[in-house]
Amino acid sequence: MEWLDTFWSTYNTLIYTLGVHALLALSIWLTLSCGLLSMANAAFMGIGAYVAALLTLHFETPFPLVLAAAALVPAIVALIIAIPVLRLSGVYLAMATLAFGEVVRIVILNLDITGGPEGLNGIPQSTQGWHIALILAATIYGLFRMKRSRVGRALEAIREDEVAARLMGIDVDRHKLFVFTLGAVIAGIAGGLNAHFTFFISPREYGFENAVDILTMAVLGGTGTLIGPMLGSSILTLLPELLRFLNDYRGAVNGLILILVVLFLPKGLWDPQRFKGWFRPQTREGGVQ
Amino acid sequence: MSMLLSIQNLGKSFGGLHVLQDVNFEVPAGGIFGLIGPNGAGKTTVFNLVTGLLQPSAGSVHYQGRDLAGLAPHRITRLGIARTFQNIRIFKEMSLLENVMVGMHEHLTYGPLDILLNRRACREAEQKALERAHELLTWVRLDHKAHMEADNLSYGDQRKLEFARALATEPKLLLLDEPVAGMNPAEKEELMEEICNIRDRGYGIFLIEHDMRFVMGLCDRIAVLNFGKIIAEGTPDEIRAHPEVIEAYLGSEEEGETA
Amino acid sequence: MLEQQLINALTLGCVYALFALGFTLVFGVLEVINLSHGAVFMAGSYAALSVVEKLNTPLWLAILIAMLICGLFGLLVDVLILKPLRARNAPHLIPMIATIGVGIFLTNVAQGLFGAEIRRFPEEVLPAGEFVIGEVHLRALELAIVAIAFVLMAVLFVILKRTQLGRALRAIAESPKAAYLLGINVEGLFHLTSFVAAALGGAAGVLIGLNFNAITPFMGQPILHKGIAVIILGGMGDIRGALIGGLFLGFAEVFSKGYLSSQMGDAIAFGLLFLILLVRPSGLFGRVLERKA
Repeated sequence: MEWLDTFWSTYNTLIYTLGVHALLALSIWLTLSCGLLSMANAAFMGIGAYVAALLTLHFETPFPLVLAAAALVPAIVALIIAIPVLRLSGVYLAMATLAFGEVVRIVILNLDITGGPEGLNGIPQSTQGWHIALILAATIYGLFRMKRSRVGRALEAIREDEVAARLMGIDVDRHKLFVFTLGAVIAGIAGGLNAHFTFFISPREYGFENAVDILTMAVLGGTGTLIGPMLGSSILTLLPELLRFLNDYRGAVNGLILILVVLFLPKGLWDPQRFKGWFRPQTREGGVQ
Repeated sequence: MSMLLSIQNLGKSFGGLHVLQDVNFEVPAGGIFGLIGPNGAGKTTVFNLVTGLLQPSAGSVHYQGRDLAGLAPHRITRLGIARTFQNIRIFKEMSLLENVMVGMHEHLTYGPLDILLNRRACREAEQKALERAHELLTWVRLDHKAHMEADNLSYGDQRKLEFARALATEPKLLLLDEPVAGMNPAEKEELMEEICNIRDRGYGIFLIEHDMRFVMGLCDRIAVLNFGKIIAEGTPDEIRAHPEVIEAYLGSEEEGETA
Repeated sequence: MLEQQLINALTLGCVYALFALGFTLVFGVLEVINLSHGAVFMAGSYAALSVVEKLNTPLWLAILIAMLICGLFGLLVDVLILKPLRARNAPHLIPMIATIGVGIFLTNVAQGLFGAEIRRFPEEVLPAGEFVIGEVHLRALELAIVAIAFVLMAVLFVILKRTQLGRALRAIAESPKAAYLLGINVEGLFHLTSFVAAALGGAAGVLIGLNFNAITPFMGQPILHKGIAVIILGGMGDIRGALIGGLFLGFAEVFSKGYLSSQMGDAIAFGLLFLILLVRPSGLFGRVLERKA
């Protein structure tokens, strides 16, 4: 059993990271599922992380409350900016959320309370494997059930044709708000969890590149199913480890992946349509149990 | 026969462009009402105003006595007005079943807790919805393709799917925007039959069309729109004989016949 | 001191405008938000630096070569990536995502090739000397930067407003389909636009590299965000707006850093931009950019 201990002590951070990245990929999957490209999820993660870390460091708040705060504060921020932001669409929305993300990062960078560019140090390692596993499982289950219900159908309808969706009696604005806020919640919790096993957080981890990483995970894996984002996040988390030999060029692979997937695998790696196409002509299940 | 839709002094302008002016007519519950007119007369604008995609510049639209001003499109749909589009707007990447089930969105009243816990309320509602979707697809004779991706349907079938989906919203009034555009005569016959069937089931139908023969054969009452103004209203026979209508269509008549 | 700030603002603003012009050109004509523009900017800087260091060329030649290299890169991106996506009729977000990938790829390659430390142009190549007018010291370098930016922008404006080519480009910006039916070589002009935009971006990169005398692989990032801010401020696809927006941002940045907090200056700029976007997505000047056909 000793090898298990060694394995764990070497790789536990990586495994926790896999879980956190899966949550992040799911959070952006959620917004993409109704056609919103929100680049704000890294910022929401950052807000969650900092709120959580500050509560633990300054107030020694019990961990469950810390996580609750990590979920709640990003939700409130999301609600505040959502109403004007969600009126935009497509690229304008992407840019607005990008700008928002930058504002958040710069604010964090410049406040004393957040430790400025040096970030926050010495965060107690409260996160256990089971926390991540439980939250991830609950998220997957919740999203899975949502996808199969009228809400899931409504989101897909909105993604395909917003006007037609409205005329089907769907309150499009309410759905977008829901998705945007829930995405912020998931990203925020991921941030809170992450902060409590990495010991140290800094503004550098929640900027544009991170938002792009999250997007890449979802795009790579495919946004048609829940499996896609998790597959993408796993690959992109493990890839840097496997590609250590590339040293400084490692990041270039991420960029290359994005380009190649967009060009050649537009639906991502995990595309049930494509698999089925290997066996029989185009059909689709009704999406209902 | 009670009036389902009441259009009063309806006007719509975009900047200086008056698309509709002083439009008045009423659509009864039950039966088929037609709005015809040359291209660019403003017919689709009327539909957009009724369904809430546009707001009137003047006048009002009353549905079952209720003023629709300021209501969001999804609210208006929930009141019982459904619509199809001139250039078909089905959800291409969904199956036929899913398309129809989207239409039932507002009638599925289970909540988030029901969804998460997969409670009986949710399961039963979904099951009923599935059955109803099959039923509606059977009405338009598409049930055998229920699991196909909508994008793979023929043009005529896509139109029928749009009907089924609109019916899924349980409307009292069905707005059909050029339902036979781009179809060959055989397909038109078939669709005419579909529409009669739908009418026979008790739905009120309000349609926009170009094709005079189609409209004359189908509608109980017709209003004629030309350059944003109503120039005639009455039974098909009255319209056929109306001098202003004949003049408006002179030149477009050939177009109308072969459309 | 005020005059000095004004000169700094003008210099910075000109470069921002130049960068934004390339960015907005691609958006206006190709309807693509090319998020690799920042990386191209950075590449231009390194290209000029490499040419100066390895081949001992004078600065003006280095700038031209850098523009050429960047232009070719932009062309390559268009031919290899954007063109297939156009053929597929991909929704707008897809090309944007692809250009994000290009930007990341380029940045990391630069990091691998040149390392992450700050590089500088050799002292000898920089235009030396300064002009003293009263209290103000105008460095020859700043003058050169403003002059070059100005010339490039002026040429661009003249082409767009006064030539057949410019008319063709504007036609495409209105409606590629209609332009095509008019016999305009739409695809070829897409390629040309990508080339020119990247060349302008590269030029801006060299100029900023000279201005601050600091070149790093990451210099493209903040400029990209500012470029986005500029074209949102000035109107997406609006050439005039890019110019005015760039100058405005230059001034806003210099003065907020000088008179308000230095760090929060950036946040203020973005916050302002964010608000403008919410209130008027078409920017301060832009027509609401909707393809008519």
